[in-house]
Amino acid sequence: MAKHETPLLDQLESGPWPSFVSDLKQQAEVRAKNEAGVEFQIPQDAVEDLLGVLELSFKHGRTHWKHGGIVGVFGYGGGVIGRYCDQPKLFPGVEHFHTMRVAQPCGKYYKTDYLRQLTKIWDMRGSGITNMHGATGDIILLGTTTPQIEEIFYELTHNMNQDLGGSGSNLRTPADCLGSSRCQYACYDSNALCHFLTNNYQDELHRPAFPYKFKFKFDACPNGCVASIARSDMSFIGTWRDAIKIDQDAVNKYVENDAAYPANAGAHKGKDWGPFDIEKEVVELCPTKCMKFENKTLKIDNSNCTRCMHCINTMPRALRIGDDRGCSILVGAKAPIVDGAQMGSLLVPFIEVNAENDYEAITEVIENVWDWWMEEGKNRERLGELIMRQGFQKLLEVTGIEAQPQHVAYPRTNPYIFWKEDEVTGGWERDVVEYRKHHLR
Amino acid sequence: MAFVSSGYNPDKPMEDRITDIGPRKYDEFYPEVIGKNKGKWSHHEILEPGVMVHVGESGDEVYTVRVGGARLMSTTHINEICDIADKHCDGHLRFTTRNNIEFMVDSKDKVEPLKNDLKSRKFAGGSFKFPIGGTGAGITNIVHTQGWIHCHTPASDASGTVKATMDVLFEDFQKMRMPAQLRVSMACCLNMCGAVHCSDIAILGYHRKPPMIDHEYLDKLCEIPLAISACPTAAIKPSKVKLDNGTEVKSVEIKNERCMFCGNCYTMCPSLPLADTEGDGIVLMAGGKVSNRISDPKFSKVVVAFIPNEMPRWPSMTDAITKIVNAYANGANKYERLGDWAERIGWEKFFEKCELEFTHHLIDDFRQQAYMSWRQSTQFKF
Repeated sequence: MAKHETPLLDQLESGPWPSFVSDLKQQAEVRAKNEAGVEFQIPQDAVEDLLGVLELSFKHGRTHWKHGGIVGVFGYGGGVIGRYCDQPKLFPGVEHFHTMRVAQPCGKYYKTDYLRQLTKIWDMRGSGITNMHGATGDIILLGTTTPQIEEIFYELTHNMNQDLGGSGSNLRTPADCLGSSRCQYACYDSNALCHFLTNNYQDELHRPAFPYKFKFKFDACPNGCVASIARSDMSFIGTWRDAIKIDQDAVNKYVENDAAYPANAGAHKGKDWGPFDIEKEVVELCPTKCMKFENKTLKIDNSNCTRCMHCINTMPRALRIGDDRGCSILVGAKAPIVDGAQMGSLLVPFIEVNAENDYEAITEVIENVWDWWMEEGKNRERLGELIMRQGFQKLLEVTGIEAQPQHVAYPRTNPYIFWKEDEVTGGWERDVVEYRKHHLR
Repeated sequence: MAFVSSGYNPDKPMEDRITDIGPRKYDEFYPEVIGKNKGKWSHHEILEPGVMVHVGESGDEVYTVRVGGARLMSTTHINEICDIADKHCDGHLRFTTRNNIEFMVDSKDKVEPLKNDLKSRKFAGGSFKFPIGGTGAGITNIVHTQGWIHCHTPASDASGTVKATMDVLFEDFQKMRMPAQLRVSMACCLNMCGAVHCSDIAILGYHRKPPMIDHEYLDKLCEIPLAISACPTAAIKPSKVKLDNGTEVKSVEIKNERCMFCGNCYTMCPSLPLADTEGDGIVLMAGGKVSNRISDPKFSKVVVAFIPNEMPRWPSMTDAITKIVNAYANGANKYERLGDWAERIGWEKFFEKCELEFTHHLIDDFRQQAYMSWRQSTQFKF
């Protein structure tokens, strides 16, 4: 018998898509029966009360959670988010229901022994409810009490060799696509770069010293599976500088509609789009029109290619990314709060991704950007907003990067250039008396 | 419920303390075939919705079965995922950025037993636990935020709106009949802890009433200057207020007509709550993308200014989404993303095709960038 009636939530149990309500109910039941003999360290009926408070929100159309208080583990300024219910008398099991962020492994690969160890800790010391994963990338443990936070941290670090993730005004847990681990489009090893930088900047991640949050995301190619260009202060997108590699025999297999060579790797199999037409589907859709298919030969004018990935995605067995690989760095993307959304802007067109020298070219750019932002950024000002306020030129200046036409979609449409004094011959100090000798008042 | 120590000594917090160790190293968790072929993959193919093969230069193959699921997940459910991975995949699995789970096997004969096992598992309420799909030119899982399950600022629920939407779009999760992939995202307030502003279809929770002012507690709970500076439209200024009992307290005054309901003040000050049953609801945005393929990444545009929160299944919202999805599926060219289709036919046609009403709310009037979105041409369609 459920502790709270949940007539509204019950209606979310039907339908084909996995029901979170059914999952919460099964968890409530498992905790109530406790066949595993868990020594629960937070209320056994926490999940019952979570269902209860959620039902109340469905009834009211309003949340019943309060602002977080200051909770955390000793020495860290992030990784734990305080959460309290605003109806503790009705739902005592979730009166204190804090979140812990656990740094996910890059690429989000797991072994079951790791996950089972984690669920065991979380069953005993928390609600057993998680997010796999949070939007930033962490494993989210949803709901525990203040005294359990240090205990969980101790178990994670001592028994699982596992640290917390970031929250607050710090480096948030970096996240990546699966990269070269299982994708032929990867222009660099995103798992390796993400892991290195996450560890290299543990201090920035755990001890908030920034004006606001800062996100790194790693897309190993311009397809952008982790959306780094839209949602990270620094976005690392794989690219290459030389020619796309062409296997002409394989191109012709696509042209001949060979069954082993489905267009777009078979992504359109659910509808009959007719036979593959290389002219219509590849050559004409190329954004720079830099390709030609003549006499059974595909030609690409690589100097005019912008590496959009369309032809490669469409004929993955025939076309491969080039060999001179690295990444582009774009900066300043963010969601709308406060002054509107921003897309990442290209700061470094091409940079080497070199594990052998600890990615020194990349860390230099990062640290120059951080030095500027930490010095000049206002409280709760994202990097993108600082760039807007002080100008893209200032960003180039502090990073020592020379302006290139690649930096703009088009040049400025106004001539209001903030010339610097040293850019103008003779400087700005002038003699008005001398001037007036030639120009009467 | 006796307290069980982990070994942590609260009197000596620094004793044996381990910090700054970061996440576990990725390659500890790679399946063998992944570790062996990393960086040496030749190509891949989507064999059917939700099932892919990646082929290494070595000739090795890895078959992946992708399943959807709720990102809000219990340990009971995770343990069941582990049972499946132990049974079929040598104890390995991975999650995708969009909250799907991928089970990988190293030979084709292992695929069918895995698929059958996944298909057979249902929750007591009848829904699938592990629906196979989410690949290619279809609709994959929705990335989303917390909502009413765990957050203090939402204007709608996340898990509920997502479940309602995915039930309606379920067929397209398991098919690949779209012109290109179609990404749906949900954020339950403007903070967008899951950024949705570049999605083909974005579901966004939004407030429509200015904050209430809890004068009696405001100065005790908030830094007034921080609350004032949090407002992007300078609608908040300091004030002194006489309470009913005669005491004068420091508080703030809000110019309601300047408020665009972002809730940034409430983030800084708990005495300025915005949540409201009638005021809160859903904004639908459409036409964004993050991929650089063919066209540049672009922002989603607001296409429905407001839909009320209709618990538990948000039928007006799912109806509008269905209309957009179907108009796109019927109208766009192969490879054309939703935003590229809307731009090709013109946004005036988009509203016609999707049977959505255009209202004055959809014309930008926020800051200078608004101008960029007005029509500066005589080229338009009647």
